[in-house]
Amino acid sequence: MKIGRIGSAVAQALILTAIGCGFAVAQTVTGPVDGQIGLQPAATEVAEDIVKFHTLLLWIITPITLFVLALLLYVVLRYNRAANPTPRKFTHNVAVEVVWTVVPVLILVFISLFSFPLLFKQEQIPPAQLTIKATGNAWRWDYSYPDQGVDFASLPLSEKDATSQNRPFRMAVDEPMYVPAGVNVRMLVTSNDVIHAFSVPSFGIKEDAMPGKVNETWFNVPKEGTYYGFCQELCGTYHGFMPIEVRVVSQAEFDRWITSKGGELAAATPAAAPAAPETAPAETPAPAGAPGR
Amino acid sequence: MATSPSAHAGEHADEHGHADHRPSPYDPRRWLFSTNHKDIGTMYLIFAIIAGLVGGAMSGLLRWELAEPGLQVFNGQSVLGIVFGNEHNYNVIMSAHGLIMIFFMVMPALIGGFGNWFVPLMIGAPDMAFPRMNNISFWLLPVALSLAVLSMIVPGGSMGTGFGGGWTLYAPLSTSPQLHGGPSMDLLILSIHVAGISSILGSINFIVTIFNMRAPGMTLHRMPLFVWSILVTVWLLLLSLPVLAGAITMLLTDRNFGTNFFNAAGGGDPAMFQHLFWFFGHPEVYVLILPGFGIISQIVSTFSRKPVFGYLGMAYAMVSIGVIGFIVWAHHMYTTGMGLELEAYFVAATMIIAVPTGIKIFSWIATMWGGSIDLKVPMLWAIGFIFLFTLGGVTGVVLANSGIDTVLHDTYYVVAHFHYTMSLGATFAVFAGFYYWLPKMSGLKYSGFLGGLHFWLMFVGVNAVFFPQHFLGLQGMPRRYADYPAGFAHWNLISSYGYVITAVGVLVFLAMLLDMFVLRRRKLNAAENASPWGEGATTLEWTLSSPPPFHQFSELPVIAEEKHH
Repeated sequence: MKIGRIGSAVAQALILTAIGCGFAVAQTVTGPVDGQIGLQPAATEVAEDIVKFHTLLLWIITPITLFVLALLLYVVLRYNRAANPTPRKFTHNVAVEVVWTVVPVLILVFISLFSFPLLFKQEQIPPAQLTIKATGNAWRWDYSYPDQGVDFASLPLSEKDATSQNRPFRMAVDEPMYVPAGVNVRMLVTSNDVIHAFSVPSFGIKEDAMPGKVNETWFNVPKEGTYYGFCQELCGTYHGFMPIEVRVVSQAEFDRWITSKGGELAAATPAAAPAAPETAPAETPAPAGAPGR
Repeated sequence: MATSPSAHAGEHADEHGHADHRPSPYDPRRWLFSTNHKDIGTMYLIFAIIAGLVGGAMSGLLRWELAEPGLQVFNGQSVLGIVFGNEHNYNVIMSAHGLIMIFFMVMPALIGGFGNWFVPLMIGAPDMAFPRMNNISFWLLPVALSLAVLSMIVPGGSMGTGFGGGWTLYAPLSTSPQLHGGPSMDLLILSIHVAGISSILGSINFIVTIFNMRAPGMTLHRMPLFVWSILVTVWLLLLSLPVLAGAITMLLTDRNFGTNFFNAAGGGDPAMFQHLFWFFGHPEVYVLILPGFGIISQIVSTFSRKPVFGYLGMAYAMVSIGVIGFIVWAHHMYTTGMGLELEAYFVAATMIIAVPTGIKIFSWIATMWGGSIDLKVPMLWAIGFIFLFTLGGVTGVVLANSGIDTVLHDTYYVVAHFHYTMSLGATFAVFAGFYYWLPKMSGLKYSGFLGGLHFWLMFVGVNAVFFPQHFLGLQGMPRRYADYPAGFAHWNLISSYGYVITAVGVLVFLAMLLDMFVLRRRKLNAAENASPWGEGATTLEWTLSSPPPFHQFSELPVIAEEKHH
């Protein structure tokens, strides 16, 4: 673990310098780091809870696995044919059977004490100051800021552009999604065609983009920086090539960006969550069995 | 053909020979028209080996592509570029790998192969209840496989040949006129229909056989655990496969006859397909592993020379896994936006499965405890299975928590998890059973050295393939990507090296078969002809000769009170 952490710190520092040189805007860059063995660093409170919960689970499942391994090695060494030529014939032991039934139940109850609060935190969406809608298309993401009147498509950078801009290929996009730091963002996710999934691992979010349905999730990122995510539901040929890039910036810079996109700054950000999500436009492709096969 | 009334041998090893009128293996009618459970079982096993080699070769293409960032194989310029021109072809191979391994490798091997061979032998029955139905159950499978292979080479849609929507066949990707408008998906639907009919017929056959054809004294609670595992498995198949058949029929009509079951624009619901699919799909993963549980129980008991610990607990743990397996399906769908209450329910229900699974793991260890363990080849595979399945099981507990699954769903963590239970669990059980029963089925000895070498190469290889995939998943690498960012390069390369080791292991397996059946053909000697494994092997198949007579138990064995499992 320790070696892994040091390695990760070094790798992250290297990546930061590499990307920092080419891109002054981004303070921190959060995405996959080569050779890492754990979860990505948490950027939101929910993600922090996920990382903590995962660490807790790792401390439960690793000893269990090692315990089973140790038992296996012990019986193989202690009760092999040479060490124990005459097998015993017992087939029952009520005490141990009760123990190995009850103890796992207790462990599971213990896990659920942490699992359910995390789930509630993820699924109960707090009042949001900004609503963004991401629409999956084969194969790109469209973003829309309904309260600001900003709509745009986001396409991955070609290898040439990514290299020349010193940004990560297969992750960087031409038009990133901007959000202000420290603000509750309500994320609406839907699709125009097949199912996609909007995910940013460091935010602890993943929501399927279903045609005909609007799913919602939320995040609040206190720290400015660039965060990368992926489409995580198989959506056809170029499934691997619809990445997500989120720029978390100061409110002032966010406002400037909204203006540059021709949007209007919302007069007063409402404290309460806006009305229930509307039904999606359901612009699925022509009905199945359409001519032209 | 299996009609000669004189073709009988008793249940004793020394009576085989002249009375055993075994038709020539070179007579095609023996195989095409076979109604003999052992011949049909043999055909299932050979079929599974062939399908396994094909599916394994496909995974080699995937690991080759994923060895480093960039498109090396599926790019239109590589050696294989003529056939595999783009990322769609990657998806086609990925989908076919999954379907072939599930429907044409693991299921035929465990249920059709070992089930056919050893359920009648273990319960003291002369054959299966419906021998002709048994024949059609098998022969539908090559038909299904042909349809699946045909599906790969006919037009799939605008992106090329074949269906590239994954083994899960999710609508609307599988119904999209643009992406999968061609006949490929229709052929695949028919292939799964035919494979499903084959399994349903087989399941009916096993249920009737086990309920009606047990020898006198062979009560349900005296049946060997392998028979129990098959009984639970075939019930799962019988109850879940019709749901899949319905779901894919709806896909077929959505695609061809203008229905809108899963088309949101027409008032349908794509999530409904996922519910139907996983109502089948989750029991299906227990279908793949439960017969393995049964095999491991037999092997652990045999080579520890000790009866199974907690027999009834073991049997009913499998029954409860089967029952709970039907009420946890939507844990595959946490991110579809199904709502807090449902997610909370499925978290709780899913975690409960860990309890009966834990009972099984610990009962196997308790069976070995105090025993006199012989580390022969089948036992190596069985112990390897117990460890690897535990590892795959505990990551299942992690994934059961919707809170964490939000990050890990559809990442390589899931790929690692289900390959630890399937590729390492179920496949290790297949090999364990194969090495356990191969002398019984053939009457020949295999090289223990080659069997052991095969085990160690596979053990090291598959761990090298799949353990690093946990790290990739935690870092967020999505499944089903033909290419990936540089941040995932390191562990992907290790994983691909692991594949090479595994592939060498498979070559050793083939060498073992060559050595056993062609080069040396060492027969079991008279002393070990009935049972090469000594007094630990107590089930009925070890009372017969090796290979067993063409027809056995013309005089039914009587099972005494203490002589069971």
